[in-house]
Amino acid sequence: MSTYFLLAILLLGFIITFQIAKASEYVGILKGEKKNNEQNNRINGFLMIIFLVLGLIGVYVCNEVFKARILGKSASDHGEKIDLMMSITIVITGIVFIITQVLLFWFAFKYQYSEKRKGYYFPHNNQLELIWTVVPAIALTVLVGFGLRYWFQITGEAPKNAALIEITGKQFNWIYRYPGKDEVFGKKYYKNINDAENNSLGLLWDDEKSHDDIVVSSAMVLVVNQPVKLIINSRDVIHDVGIVAFRMKMDAVPGTPTTMWFTPKYTTEEMKKMTNNPDFEYEISCDQMCGKGHFSMKGIIQVVTAEEFVLWRAKQVPNYVLVMKDKMPAAATDSVKTAVVTGAAGKLVAAK
Amino acid sequence: MSTDLSIHEHGEAVVAHDLHDAGHEAHHHKETFITKYVFSQDHKMICKQFLITGMIWAILGGLMSVLFRLQLGYPDSTFPWLEDIMGKWAKGGKIQPEAYYALITMHGTVLVFFVLTGGLSGTFANFLIPLQIGARDMASPFLNMLSYWFFWMASVVMITSLFIETGPASGGWTSYPPLSALGDASVGSQAGMDFWIAAMALFVVSSLLGGLNYITTILNMRTKGMSMTRLPLTIWALFFTAILGVLSFPVLLSGLILLLFDRHGGTSFYLSDIFISSTQKPLPNEGGSPILFQHLFWFLGHPEVYIIILPAMGLVSEVMAINSRKPIFGYMAMIGSLFAITILAFLVWAHHMFVTGLNPFLGSVFVLLTLLIAVPSAIKVFNWLTTLWRGNIRFTPAMLFAIGFVSMFISGGLTGVFLGNSTLDIHLHDTYFIVAHFHIVMGVSAFMGMFCGVYHWFPKMYGRYLNNTMAYIHFWVTFAGAYLIFWPMHYEGLAGMPRRYLDYSGWSSFNQFVELNRFISTVAMIVFAVQIMFVFNFFYSIFKGRKVTTQNPWQANTLEWTTPIRPGHGNWPGEIPEVHRWAYDYGKDGAKDGKDFILQTEPLGADEQHH
Repeated sequence: MSTYFLLAILLLGFIITFQIAKASEYVGILKGEKKNNEQNNRINGFLMIIFLVLGLIGVYVCNEVFKARILGKSASDHGEKIDLMMSITIVITGIVFIITQVLLFWFAFKYQYSEKRKGYYFPHNNQLELIWTVVPAIALTVLVGFGLRYWFQITGEAPKNAALIEITGKQFNWIYRYPGKDEVFGKKYYKNINDAENNSLGLLWDDEKSHDDIVVSSAMVLVVNQPVKLIINSRDVIHDVGIVAFRMKMDAVPGTPTTMWFTPKYTTEEMKKMTNNPDFEYEISCDQMCGKGHFSMKGIIQVVTAEEFVLWRAKQVPNYVLVMKDKMPAAATDSVKTAVVTGAAGKLVAAK
Repeated sequence: MSTDLSIHEHGEAVVAHDLHDAGHEAHHHKETFITKYVFSQDHKMICKQFLITGMIWAILGGLMSVLFRLQLGYPDSTFPWLEDIMGKWAKGGKIQPEAYYALITMHGTVLVFFVLTGGLSGTFANFLIPLQIGARDMASPFLNMLSYWFFWMASVVMITSLFIETGPASGGWTSYPPLSALGDASVGSQAGMDFWIAAMALFVVSSLLGGLNYITTILNMRTKGMSMTRLPLTIWALFFTAILGVLSFPVLLSGLILLLFDRHGGTSFYLSDIFISSTQKPLPNEGGSPILFQHLFWFLGHPEVYIIILPAMGLVSEVMAINSRKPIFGYMAMIGSLFAITILAFLVWAHHMFVTGLNPFLGSVFVLLTLLIAVPSAIKVFNWLTTLWRGNIRFTPAMLFAIGFVSMFISGGLTGVFLGNSTLDIHLHDTYFIVAHFHIVMGVSAFMGMFCGVYHWFPKMYGRYLNNTMAYIHFWVTFAGAYLIFWPMHYEGLAGMPRRYLDYSGWSSFNQFVELNRFISTVAMIVFAVQIMFVFNFFYSIFKGRKVTTQNPWQANTLEWTTPIRPGHGNWPGEIPEVHRWAYDYGKDGAKDGKDFILQTEPLGADEQHH
């Protein structure tokens, strides 16, 4: 009912506007074209300057209202570079924005039609044109310089001590794989994927390196202050690993693995305190449209201390063991498990 | 038809009327309703066909955005009337995810291709090229007619796809495979995607037929004295637009044909290592690369945004000079910057792909080339500002939209500096920041340019004026509304809020913008309502608008204002006028009869220099 009411009001609004518009056209004809044009010019010239003032106030208010809700503290080293770069760009473009918009509306207001004046015949001026070719070019060179410096640092080789983790997107969730004690991922082939038999990545059991690989889908666990290199895969369509708190993003492309690396700086617990948000979580959002569940394709990252990580790792059972448990007695699998735990602890000691 | 009758600025209604009749005699051929209004070969009628088809598409595309903004603004509410109009796609009065994605896909496709390419270029290239260069029609009026009818067929196929059982394409307007290739991964990628590809293929044909015709006409059919450097900037802009289209649309078509092969022919251009969760089956395809499609797509996709914005720039330059009563500042620099943009448009496509795993070195090259585009863009902006400086500005509705265009172009252009820098793109890619950026810089700006053109040339098209009061309301609400809608989206983008989500309530990182989303949706609906008012004004004024009584109502210099008020097929009743000067002699000393403008047809005075 309220919908029809709303439509009726809208229709009424149209009719009233239309009647006013028609009436003002007749009034304009009666007043004479010249007088009518003068009046229109005054009104619109005045609106130009009002728009400029209100607009600039609006920008300020918008900043005040939203500054607490955007770009919280960056939780990775790369993120800090990106935030700095963002600030530099905001300052440079902000200056240009204000100058050009003020000039635009000010000129429009100041040089509105007057019978006494004539347009100034000023077809070109090489010096002026040179200035506004060169100045933007210099400003942009500065921005490109900063940008590319950071770009190569962020996309460059990961440090040697970086932990390797594989992340695979599928409609509509994420799967994480840790290489196990041998620190090497076992081979996989997509035709071996079998969700019913617990082989969600299609690992090849003929390759012994796959036997200690840990596959989890609840959350990705990272060690604070240790660089991590993600190897990004997709099982079906293109997804994208986006982690806002780290300011990182990389597509997951089926058939073509991609990588990204960064160093988390704060544990999840620390972030909860720093953001005053007890519900804070590092979220992985899918940032490349992947189908009907795209908006809900969320992954969780837990950043923990090295000690907590060892404990977590100890509780994980390799994918191979999970699969084989159904097929053969459990006796043989215990030894694998112990080996994994020792391996993980050993690696962390080496990393320190 | 003696030359003393050929009209300069003495365009009295009676004289014009006589010429009008004479014109009909001169080009007498039997016209039926079909040849005049349907299969017309008159460029002016084809222009109107493009414009009105574009307007229908714009209403549909806008309506789609209202529907999905409803979902974004009120994710928890249900609207039973939605189920009445959308059926199973809005079960229980709530837009289903599949329908949401179909809506955003169609909104993008419709607005980018059918409105801002077909509707904008199609309208103004057809209308202005022959009239402003001094030609009786296009080089090939027949191909021109075909261009519209291919556009029409593309429209029919695209609209049909909205009504098929599995729904229209829903993989985004970019239709990236594998999603767009696999019907099992998304219902929209079933029959809907085939319709989408077929419609786009027809659209490309239309665009090529049109573009080749525009280029040929501009190069070969200029009237005597109309050298390239005397052309109005509208023509230069439309010329470069046509070149961009002719060189880039075929690449899109080839990409889509390969996609069609992958969908139905068992090839693996884009497909590799895919296991479909819904069917629990691996696909046989191996060795393809989905990134290949992105390269092919964006090789069109990026020039496409210039195909959209260049005509708007041309229209704005022309209208701004006329209504400032001053020459456009830096005419040659304006052409030079258009040329630079045209060249660079082909060299920046991979900036859409910084986070696809592209080689970082290659990425850095594209950063450099991308930010280079800011230089010609800056030149244009400063030249427009200088054109306003010390002018004598008349705020006609067209002029308001021209000023609005410049404001929007500045705002949207500056955020391009963020996105073109790959380091920042890592964070901003596919967030609301990019949504805000491209809606402002090519969506709203291009619409501003288009409205500017429609308000300015409507008197030439229909011999009547649009209603001014409605025009002023239209401008101020649209202009303020567009900023209110898109400015806040930048903040959402800085917070990393991803685009193409229909509900953010499940995310602790993005759920802080509930009220803002509601605010944006409300403004979007108001702005949409005002566009409906414009459409009403348009059709009402065709039949009932105030009549144009003078030949040159805006006191402009260009050739279209030397034709009769309602020109017949052939445009000029007598000889085509000869051109003696450039199009921007406004406010120049030496104009006769106390006027502040000198028509292009006016011979040079004794002390005047050639331009």
